[in-house]
Amino acid sequence: MSALRTSRPARIGQYAALLAYLVFLAFPFLWLVSTAFKPAPELASLHPTWIPKDPTLDNFRQAFDEQPLLRAAANSLVAAVAAAVIAVAVATPLAYVTARHRGRLASAATGWVVISQAFPFVLVIIPLFLILKNLHLINSVFGLVLVYVVWSLPFALWMLMGYVRAVPAELEEAAAVDGAGRLRTLVSVTAPLLVPGIVATALFAFVTAWNEFFFALVLLKTPEKQTLPVVLTHFLGAEGVADLGPLAAAAFLATLPSLVVFAVLQRRITGGMLAGAVKS
Amino acid sequence: MSTVTATKRPGGTRTPRDAHGTRPRGPDFGAWFLVLPALLPILVLSVGPLLYGIALAFTDAQSGRTQATSWVGTLNFQDLLHDSLFWESFRIGVVWAVGVTVPQFLLALGLALLLDQKLRFRWLARALAIVPWAMPEVVVGIMWRLVYNPDAGILNETIRTLGFGEGRDWLSGLATALPAVVLVGVWAGMPQTTVALLAGLQNTPRELHEAAALDGAGAWRRFRAVTWPALRPVALAITALNLIWNFNSFALVYVLTSGGPGGRTRLPMLFAYEEAFRYGQFGYAAAMGCVMIAAVSVLIALSLVRRLKGDQDR
Repeated sequence: MSALRTSRPARIGQYAALLAYLVFLAFPFLWLVSTAFKPAPELASLHPTWIPKDPTLDNFRQAFDEQPLLRAAANSLVAAVAAAVIAVAVATPLAYVTARHRGRLASAATGWVVISQAFPFVLVIIPLFLILKNLHLINSVFGLVLVYVVWSLPFALWMLMGYVRAVPAELEEAAAVDGAGRLRTLVSVTAPLLVPGIVATALFAFVTAWNEFFFALVLLKTPEKQTLPVVLTHFLGAEGVADLGPLAAAAFLATLPSLVVFAVLQRRITGGMLAGAVKS
Repeated sequence: MSTVTATKRPGGTRTPRDAHGTRPRGPDFGAWFLVLPALLPILVLSVGPLLYGIALAFTDAQSGRTQATSWVGTLNFQDLLHDSLFWESFRIGVVWAVGVTVPQFLLALGLALLLDQKLRFRWLARALAIVPWAMPEVVVGIMWRLVYNPDAGILNETIRTLGFGEGRDWLSGLATALPAVVLVGVWAGMPQTTVALLAGLQNTPRELHEAAALDGAGAWRRFRAVTWPALRPVALAITALNLIWNFNSFALVYVLTSGGPGGRTRLPMLFAYEEAFRYGQFGYAAAMGCVMIAAVSVLIALSLVRRLKGDQDR
């Protein structure tokens, strides 16, 4: 760092820029929180304030009264957990094989990952809608889970391949030299080293499914089956006549699980999770 | 694991990568057993529907249709060609994708460069920079509707306080709706881009910077000569991905404006969604999807060509 001394004005400029970024990134979220805790009269005031003068939990109570939030959250939880567990269980072996073999399979897998990023989902959802309809899996969380699994597979595969490559092949070779069979090497040498990566991938798959909207909107028809993002849009009602307080309260609650997961994963995310994905 | 049995792969050509230690092996032992659980659902629920979707574009499939669906050849595409509303939405999609991706890239690059410095409160910025990523798109949309709200929103209140007039209803103004949703798009996608660029920056060897600084290179020279060349592959990849993702986006704008006012923010995905699930025109909507994927494929091809060229230059 010795040669890179920054002058004082430049430092001040950097902090000013950092502050501007922080304000830009934080202000909508702070406004959401502020709105969620404001009582009705303050929301109707012509001069809205940042900090509620008389903070209240009424909006949260009202949000739960107006829409089946608990059931929606339960649906979201079931869909997201199932999708994450299945996706990781299915993707890990594939990621292992493709990361270790540089063959046709590996290039097919990476090619598919790239192509899947380009899907306009409407092209996939129409056939899926028809297929699931024939299987009587429309308006079913199970049908949604199937879709989520496949939808989160490319990214899961991509992340896991990175984690597999990070396990030195020499370790496996050493175990083989010591006489361990392949399965044994996999189970007792490789798998334990992969656990943190598998957990991180599962958490990402969870968040993706928890946040997902488009498939849920199309596939789930009745309020008692719908997931949280879809139920949130019911608060919007007809154009422009949203009940701001409960809307903000419900939206704030819906974000908490993903925020917690991201807080847990923070180190990994900033530690360059995407670096592997983008470098290829 | 593989050296002990490192034989030449039967009939396979050696890839250049073999030289750096990863030895290729044929798909032997349980490889297929390991691969099938993932391959089957992928084929059945991803590749299959994609092909099925393309096929639907050549039929007159509709929801709740009583007669059998039949092939209509390229009729849907011919109709699409003359559907000015679709092309208008296609144009809006391009404007939106570029309008979001470019400022987002510049802002994210600035933030990544800042976060790469040893600044105090960097941890806070890093933590905050990720918040938009963690939020469901629906919540992001709702949140910004609260910000943009003409009476109770913070944006107009700030404008009033600063004495710039009364503010307006940003999301329903014909002229302001698209810029307003673009700003939200920029905000929402900042973290992914920042994180990717930051990761790219952290792969640049610091010694190069120091050497350049010792040679008297200023900040801009160092950026041009050291940082950017190292960052370029990541920057190109993330930009191409952002263009694609943004062009195909749905939830954010669905929540913010539902495509209004007067179709000013009706992205292609919103148009196709309405066509398919409000009007039941499955075949026609599938044709729209085909046009979208074709447009995106051109973009992928272009970025691949650039990457190959870049590899040759080296």
